[in-house]
Order: sequence, then structure tokens, then C-alpha cells
Amino acid sequence: MLTQLAALSRRSALRTLRDPSIVAPTLIFPLIFFGVLAGGVRAAGELPGFPAESYTDFVFATPFIQGPLLAAIITATRLARDIETGFLDRLLLTPAHGLAIVVGHLAGAAALASLQAVVFLAIGLLVFGVDIEAGVPGALAIVAFSVLIAIGMGGIGAFAALRTGSAEAVQGLFPMMFALMFLSSLTLPRDLIEVDWFRAVATVNPTSYLIEAIRSLVISGWDAEALGRGLGVLAGVLALGTGAAAMGLRGRVQRT
Amino acid sequence: MTGERRAIEVEKLTRVFKNGPRAVDAIDLHVDQGEIYGFLGPNGAGKSTTILMLTTLLPPTSGTARVAGHDVIREGAQVRAAIGAVLQEAGLDPLLTGREHLLLQAALHAMPRSERESRADGLLQQFGLTGAAGRRVNGYSAGMKRRLDLAMALIHRPSVLFLDEPTTALDPQSRSAIWSEVRRLAKEEGVTVFLTTQYLEEADALAGRVGIIDRGQIVAEGTPAALKAEIGRPSVEAVAANPSEEIELAAILARFGEPVPAAGDGAVAVRLAHGAADLAEIVRAIDSKGLRVAEINLHAPTLDDVFLTKTGHSLEGSGGAPTDGADG
Repeated sequence: MLTQLAALSRRSALRTLRDPSIVAPTLIFPLIFFGVLAGGVRAAGELPGFPAESYTDFVFATPFIQGPLLAAIITATRLARDIETGFLDRLLLTPAHGLAIVVGHLAGAAALASLQAVVFLAIGLLVFGVDIEAGVPGALAIVAFSVLIAIGMGGIGAFAALRTGSAEAVQGLFPMMFALMFLSSLTLPRDLIEVDWFRAVATVNPTSYLIEAIRSLVISGWDAEALGRGLGVLAGVLALGTGAAAMGLRGRVQRT
Repeated sequence: MTGERRAIEVEKLTRVFKNGPRAVDAIDLHVDQGEIYGFLGPNGAGKSTTILMLTTLLPPTSGTARVAGHDVIREGAQVRAAIGAVLQEAGLDPLLTGREHLLLQAALHAMPRSERESRADGLLQQFGLTGAAGRRVNGYSAGMKRRLDLAMALIHRPSVLFLDEPTTALDPQSRSAIWSEVRRLAKEEGVTVFLTTQYLEEADALAGRVGIIDRGQIVAEGTPAALKAEIGRPSVEAVAANPSEEIELAAILARFGEPVPAAGDGAVAVRLAHGAADLAEIVRAIDSKGLRVAEINLHAPTLDDVFLTKTGHSLEGSGGAPTDGADG
């Protein structure tokens, strides 16, 4: 199964990275959004009790969440296209294990998220002057977080693709994923959010804890509490994503 | 015929879709090793559903099927390892090259790494794709895609090959190339070929035996020649050069068989009592009476005539221009 997994992963990564129309927006939009926040909402960094030295450092976690979400949606859309074009049937006609097909697909999301993370780090450090408190190991941890978020959310996207078999239906996940991102502690620490309902939603929204874990590596160093909560949510997202993808495959595939 | 020589054995195979018709209704068939079996029927007849069941992609509702000696329900993985399949959709990734497709397929069949590249190169050459091997398939023509599709199905040297309307939407040259390769595979490599088609010409040209399926049931089976012979003798149709001689021409023809409706204006036709051998005698009889004919044609029965006789309706798209490949 390892040979099959490697071959499918390679294919998924190649097809994702070879398509500039896919790769470019997933790099550009998160950077634009980060730039807008860092430049336009800078004054928020002067609020009493604000936890970071600069607002730029504070919102540097944003592209590492937005990028993987885009990667997840895009690779799920690709999976739906595989169903539409018959490529999935071709895979199913081989002795390839179902698990290898699902995990191989998620490798595309992982590859894209890796590329994004490296680009975001380089631009953040070199262009925006972001200072990562946790140093090089912290930067590597951010890359790892980003990749694992893409895999987990990619699994949820894969479930949608396998259930619907429609690329258009998968793209319908965009608003939901971005609502999750915006209704979180993305732009402000939760304790500084004054609107009660927003603070309550941000507190129960698991995305907040992923953002705060990545953010902690940038602004605090190795914060065990933030990282622990983030890793817990990440484990949940991974379990949910891979489980959902496996369930979706079982529902889609009737092969004997 | 022993069971060991059977590449495909099907008994009472049935597939009923939820809230739908019996797409395949208790069909029985067998295909011997190295045989090309044509499965002929119009859109929606049950051809593709049968292929999906035989290739393990769709479980039967009831009945049994063995492919390459393995039960399609209990031994799906072994069946998949033994077969190759070209389905209606080419199922190619536009961003991968032809060579990458073959290497991926080889890896999924767990071929040894050392063998993958040489086998891929060999197939690329065999299918005339060496020059395009490094190009992404989104730049391939329909014929090239179909050839790559077939090459991928053969990468692991399957003993049974399923082709589901493999030449739909192909130009005549590409169609001819596919036919040649299918014939070669069966003749030289002993590959069993199960071919569905809605083109009578294709079944006639390739298949050693043909099964005709209509509304989920096999309505006729045999060699194309036997099926055609079963439904009747050839007919001859002639047109008098001088319309005033039409009655006399009809009288001469009537000596050789019973009159049948003629297709052309001013034409007369008879079904020959003793087959095509009568044609020379007819020409001599016409000549001896000093009649001149503008046209004379011998019509052998076609598979469409067989289909018409067996089902009461003609086969759509028979032998004509390829149409969209719908689920059969």
C-alpha cells in the first residue's frame, strides 16, 4: 500500500502545484488580506492590554489559516472533478486501497499548504519585518500547523466532494469556512472583543484556538497553554477530516 | 468447453437500481479465453451496467459472475488485478503527462519499480505516443487520449480487457487504430476482450461472438455470421434502365425468390431462395432477355437486421457517426 500511497500523493501534489490558476490565488489572497489587516487596522495594536508588540506580528497567523482553507477547498474541488471525469473510477479499477486514494488526495492539500507556509514566512520576515519569538523551530512548527490544518480541512472538503460528486457543490463550502475564520479571534484577542455575542462565538469557534496557537509562536514564544489548546483542536480537525473523507469514500464507492 | 478456458462466466446476473428499472435482468453469458466478445445494444440497454458489475465497480443485485477465475463479489481485488478496463470516460488527469499516467497506473498495480519504466516506454511506443509522452494530456487529441487510455489498461498485462464503447467520438483513423490493436491483443497475446458498442460495424469487424442486449436482457447471441444467417437470406434489388421494362425485370427476379419491398425509386427486389449464389444466374437471365439495368445490388443481412428482428426496433447510431456515449 505504501507504493500506491506514494504514487497517489505524488500525483496529487504534482497536479496541484502545476496549475498556476490554483496556486497563485492561494498565495496572493492571504497575503493581500494580511497586508490590509497589518496596515489598515494597525491602531488596534495600541489598545490597552494588547498582547503583541506590533499588530503586524499579531495578525501574521492569518495567512496560515486562510491559506490552508483555500488549499483544502481547491483540492476538494479537484477531487470532485476526478469524479466528474471518471479518474476516480480509473483509480478504483486498480487494486489500490481506498485509504491510499483518500490520503493520496490529501497530499495535494498538504503540498500546497507547505508551499504557502514557506512563501508566507519568507514575505512576513523579509517584507513585513515580522519577528517570530519562537525562532526557527517556531517557524517550522507554524509550517507544520498549516499543513495539518490543510489535511484536516481537506478531509472535510473531500467528504463534500465524495458525497456530491460536484465541484460546484464543494465550492459552496467557501462561505462556511470563511465565516469560521472571521468569527474568531483573528483580528483581536478574545478578551479585547467588546461585542458580547462576537466574543462568545469566537470563544466556542475552534478556529480561534488554531489561530491563537500559531499566533503564540509569533508573539510569545513557546506558550504551552495556547499550543496545547491549538493542538487539541488540530487533532480534532484531523480526526474529523480523515474520518469524514473515509466515510465519504465508503458512500461513493460501491466496488466489491 | 471446460470452465478453465472461460475468462468470463455470468449466470443470472441482475442489477436493479433504487426506484429504477432492472438495468440488467438475469443475463447469462460466457466468454472464452482469447475471444473478442461484442456486447451490442442501444443507449440504456444495460451494457455499461454489465461492465461495471464485471469490473467490480458495481455490486450485482443478484446472480453470479466470475472474471479471470475470480468471483466479482467475493474476490474483487483479485479481479481488479487481472483485468484492464477502458470505460466510456477516458478518466485522464489533464495536468499529468502521458508517461506519468502510465507510471502511476503501474505503481497502483504494484509492478516492480524496475519494470514500470520499461513497460511504460514500450506501451508509449506501441501506441504511437512516444513523441507526446512528456506532454500534459490536456494537449492530446481525442484519439491520443483514447490510445493512452488503452495503454494504461494494459500496463499490468491483464488477461481480460473490458472496453466500454472505446471508439465513441473518435475519427475513423483513430477508430481503425484501436480496432487493429484490439485484434492484435486477442490474436497475439491471447487477451480476452469484452467490448460494448452501439456501432454494428464495430461489433461486426471485431467480435468473434456477439451478444445483443435490449432492455436489460440478452435477446440474441452468436457469431455475427450465424446471427445474420439466422434471420434470413440475402436479397437482390435492381432498377431497370428503361422504366417500361420494370414489370419484365420484376418477373425475372421473381423466379429467384419472393418479392420484398424495395428501398429505391423504381427498384424491384426479391429475397433470394438459394442465397447469394443466385446472383450470377439472375444477371444471365436479365441479359438473355435483352434487358438493361441501371443498378443491381445484393443486400446481405446486417446486424441491424438481426437487431430489428430480435427487438422490433432498429439500433440507434448503428454504424453511423459516433454520438455521445451515454450510459448503456
